[in-house]
This record gives sequence, structure tokens and C-alpha cells, in this order.
Amino acid sequence: MSPLLTLTGVHTHIGRYHILQGVDFTVPEGETTMLLGRNGAGKTTTLRTIMGLWRASAGSIRLAERAIEKDATPDISRAGLAYVPETMAVFSDLTVRENLVLAARDAALDDTRLAWIFGFFPALKKFWLSRAGTLSGGQKQMLSIARAIVEPRRLLLIDEPTKGLAPAIVGALVECLMEIKRGGTTVLLVEQNFRVAQAVGDRVCVMDNGRIVHAGAMAEFAGDEGLQQKLLGLSLDTHQ
Amino acid sequence: MTAIDSGAALPKRRADFIPALLPVALALAALPFIGSSSTWITLTVAGLSMGMMIFAMASGLTLVFGLMDVLNFGHGAFIAVGAYMAALVLAPLAGWTQADALWSGLAALLPAVIVAMGVSAALSIAFERALIRPVYGQHLKQILVTMGGLIVAEQLLYALFGPQLIALPLPTALRGSIVFGDAAVEKYRLLAVIVGLVIFATLILILTRTKIGLLIRAGVENREMVEALGYRIQRLFIGVFMAGSALAGLGGVMWALYREQVHASVAQELTVLMFIVIIIGGLGSVTGCFIGAILVALVANYAGFLVPKLALVSDILLMVVILLWRPRGLFPVTSR
Ligand SMILES: Nc1ncnc2c1ncn2[C@@H]1O[C@H](COP(=O)(O)OP(=O)(O)O)[C@@H](O)[C@H]1O
Ligand SMILES: [Mg+2]
Repeated sequence: MSPLLTLTGVHTHIGRYHILQGVDFTVPEGETTMLLGRNGAGKTTTLRTIMGLWRASAGSIRLAERAIEKDATPDISRAGLAYVPETMAVFSDLTVRENLVLAARDAALDDTRLAWIFGFFPALKKFWLSRAGTLSGGQKQMLSIARAIVEPRRLLLIDEPTKGLAPAIVGALVECLMEIKRGGTTVLLVEQNFRVAQAVGDRVCVMDNGRIVHAGAMAEFAGDEGLQQKLLGLSLDTHQ
Repeated sequence: MTAIDSGAALPKRRADFIPALLPVALALAALPFIGSSSTWITLTVAGLSMGMMIFAMASGLTLVFGLMDVLNFGHGAFIAVGAYMAALVLAPLAGWTQADALWSGLAALLPAVIVAMGVSAALSIAFERALIRPVYGQHLKQILVTMGGLIVAEQLLYALFGPQLIALPLPTALRGSIVFGDAAVEKYRLLAVIVGLVIFATLILILTRTKIGLLIRAGVENREMVEALGYRIQRLFIGVFMAGSALAGLGGVMWALYREQVHASVAQELTVLMFIVIIIGGLGSVTGCFIGAILVALVANYAGFLVPKLALVSDILLMVVILLWRPRGLFPVTSR
């Protein structure tokens, strides 16, 4: 498939630190691409650079045919990117509903789509008018993902959605990610839980020290424990 | 499908009403010390009206800090601008201001308020462009640059209107007192309380019932995420900056009429007080600013009567006590 997102030679500096040192990869349209790598490899920085929250100091980022590396974050968002940050960043003083109203931008909340979201995240329906700050960690993560899918977007960037969540909640998130995928939405997903990565990923890119050190099909990567060991420094059984 | 609903684990947030009760508690606690109930009513209304004026002035300041982390020590300039605009507009309207009918007094104030708010808002655009935008994210520079801006604004006002005090008589219809039992309450103070309540209610309605308001509250909490959802926080900020400056201008009109004089030194005089109020309230919180302003003003009035020697430092003492209890203010909203 043709790539929806293409990063070519992307460098990012944070202050005087040179974090991304020439990142190259593509995200094919309609698939889920996993971005893996050790802590501190630069995954979050990559997603933030794509969103324009850090400025790329060199290289190009293209969404289909459009160069977005110089665009402001709101323009990148309006070009069709939705971002679920590692911190979830729900607006805790606002209700669940108000969080989604802002995420829908100019569109009104769509009942059919909400019903679809409530299907895998029933807690959001239950706490519809509660302040997001009162939700549990897992519920906040659901809200953060719901914000990204409340309207159809072209590309979802999701950063470690299962981090610190109970297994039951991880299951619901995997359901949701599979469902998003079935709907044909393109996803770039950072995930440390290898079982989750294996379940939802079509393709995989592995980062280390601010560079992509491996890119290929998920099935192939999942079958090669030696490669996993080498790139992620963790074997499957210790990873759980 | 894994249906999960960990609702049982939901931590219920206690409604945080204690800070809102503080002014009531303070007023009741002061009563036995003051003794006479008529004096107490007079002092309390004086405190409330002063609090409302400070609230009008400081509400913009707290939102500007909350939204963009901007410490604007030049905010007071818009108070002074508002006050001079009132003097300018009211001078030729002496016919109305000196009439006995309430409606003509209010009719004279209306254009003064509109001009004061409009001019403050318009000047704030230039102020933001020239002084605030170049120093985003740099607190020390913000303080120095905006303080410099305040001094320049003050000198410009002296150059335009002269260094002398300008008298600003209160419209005749707003003079005098209304007597409740044996307590006399100045009419103008009642008007100030009403105006303050209207401003507070309007701000709360905007913040809770409109999309712009939701965006402002969301931006105070996490402006990156607001941008990542596709909104230009810069535009929102300029809007808030203008509205906050307009409110400072309105506060300037109210304050000048209360003092019945206009002078540019009011800008510096009130700057520290406004910062004390928004720190007490919790930076970024309009409700906090409202409660904080009332507390500061009540304490100032009670202390001025009971222990005049303490009156000068009463606001600082109040701030210290509140911050010992709640280090991020009464209503902490930002993570900063
Ligand atoms: N705000 C920052 N300031 C300085 N260094 C940072 C900042 N954010 C991340 N880094 C550094 O950049 C590197 C990559 O971080 P990050 O992208 O968060 O990694 P990952 O998400 O893969 O764990 C790390 O070495 C981290 O210390
Ligand atoms: Mg990370």
C-alpha cells in the first residue's frame, strides 16, 4: 500500500540535546504500524515531532503528498492527525462529554459513533457528565483514545496506551485497537507490551538511540526471537 | 468483547466548598470583635464592593497567567487607562451626572464604561504584540519587560493628561446612602457589588457553557493538547488578553469613581494587590480570584477598623496563611 506518512532523515533537538538523529520510516495507509524500542529510544519524541510539538531541525515529514514538518500543531491536527499522548492529557476540569465536544472540533457529537465507542468503553457512558479528573487511570486512557476517534481521522498516533493499566483494561484497549483497524484507519502505535504489539501490529519499526534500526512485517519480527532480543533487549517471556 | 466498567473504583471528588465559605466565616468571625452590627454591615459592604472591583481588575490577569504562563506586571496600566477614559467621557456629560435621576447617572456611566473597556482592549493588542509575545516562556524577562511597559504607560498618561490628580465626581444620583435599620450603606458600593456579581456570573457562564470557555479551561490545564486537537491557542490567548484588559479598564472606572479621582499611580498601587489576590485564589482560577479578592478586601476593611497598624500588611499576612494551608492557592487549576 502507498504510505500515508513518510519521515525522511528527521532530526530533532530538545534544547541542546540531539534526540532524533535521522529517522526514516513510512506508515502505510490502512495498516497499524508499531513503533517499538527501549525506554529513551526516542519514540515519544518521534510522535511529538510528527505532531509539530517539537520542531524537526532537519528532514521532511509528509502526510500523503503534503509536507507538514513546518506546519503548526493545529494545522497538522486539522490535516487529519489525532494524537493520544503518553500522559493521556485529558482535561480533568472538563466532563467526559466536554472533552469529546472539544475533540470533535466543528462537528456535533455523532450518536452512532458514540454508541460505537461506548461499545468498548462503557465506562465513558456511565461517567458521561463526570469530571474527567475523577476517572481512574484506565478510564482516562479510554477517554484519551475516544477523543482521537470521536470523529474519523486519517492517522492516529497513540503513545503507550496500555502503560500501567490492569490486564482487563488492556484487553478492552486491544479490542478497541482491532476495531479501529477493521474500520480502515491508519495507526502509528507505540507499545511496550509485546503481546499487544503482536496482536494489533501489521508492520513494525524499531528505534534505538534516535534512529530506526529495523523495519519490516510484524509477523516476521514476531517469529524471530533472536532479533527481538537484540533490538528490544527483552525476550518474550520476560516481557510479560 | 471485554466489557470493563471499573466504576466501583471511581474516586469520588469531594465538592470543594470550603474556600467558598471562607468569606462568610471571616465575616461572621469579625462580628464579635467589631461589636456594633451597624458598623459591621458598613465594613462588610465596603469590603465586598472593594473586593468586587479588585476582582474585575484581576480576573483577566489570572486567566492570562493560566492560559499562557504569562506574568503581566503591566496589567495595571489598563486600570489607569480605564480611569482616564472615564474622566474624559464624563467631563462633557456633567448635565447627566449632576441630575438627580438614577437613570441619568447610569446613562452617563454607560458610555464611560464602553469607552474605557474598548480603549483598554484596543491598547492591549499593541501591548501583547510589542511586550508579551517576544518573551513567551521567560518569566524573568516577562516581569522586567512588563514592569517597564507599566512605567512607560504611566509616563505616557502623565504626558497626555498631566501629572496632577483629576477629580472625578460621582454622579449625583449615586451619592449618599441607603439606610437599613441603623446601618448606612453607600449606594455606589451596592452598585459595585451588583456589577461585580454580574461580571462573575457572566465569566462563569462563558467558562462553563460555551465552547470558547471550555477551550480556555482546557488551555489553562494543557495548552499543547488543545493545539493537538486543532485549536490555535494563540488566538484564544489574544482574545482572553483583550477581554481581561477590558475588564481591568472597567475596574479602573469603578475604582476611580469610588475614589472620586483619577491618577496614573493607581496602576502601580494595585499591581501587588492583584497578584496577591490571584495567588491566594490559585493562578488561573476565576472562582479563586473572586473569593480571593473578597477575602483580601474584607480583611483589609476589618483590619483597618480593628488594628489600623496591621492594615498595611493584612493582605500579605492573609496570603501567607492561605498558602501555608494550600500551597497552590484556594482553587489550584494549573499544574504549574
Ligand atoms: N523534554 C526533554 N528534555 C530533554 N531531554 C528529553 C526530553 N524529552 C525526552 N528527552 C530525552 O530524549 C530521549 C528520548 O526520549 P523519548 O522520546 O521520551 O523516549 P521513548 O518514548 O522512546 O521512551 C531520552 O534520552 C530522553 O531523556
Ligand atoms: Mg515514551
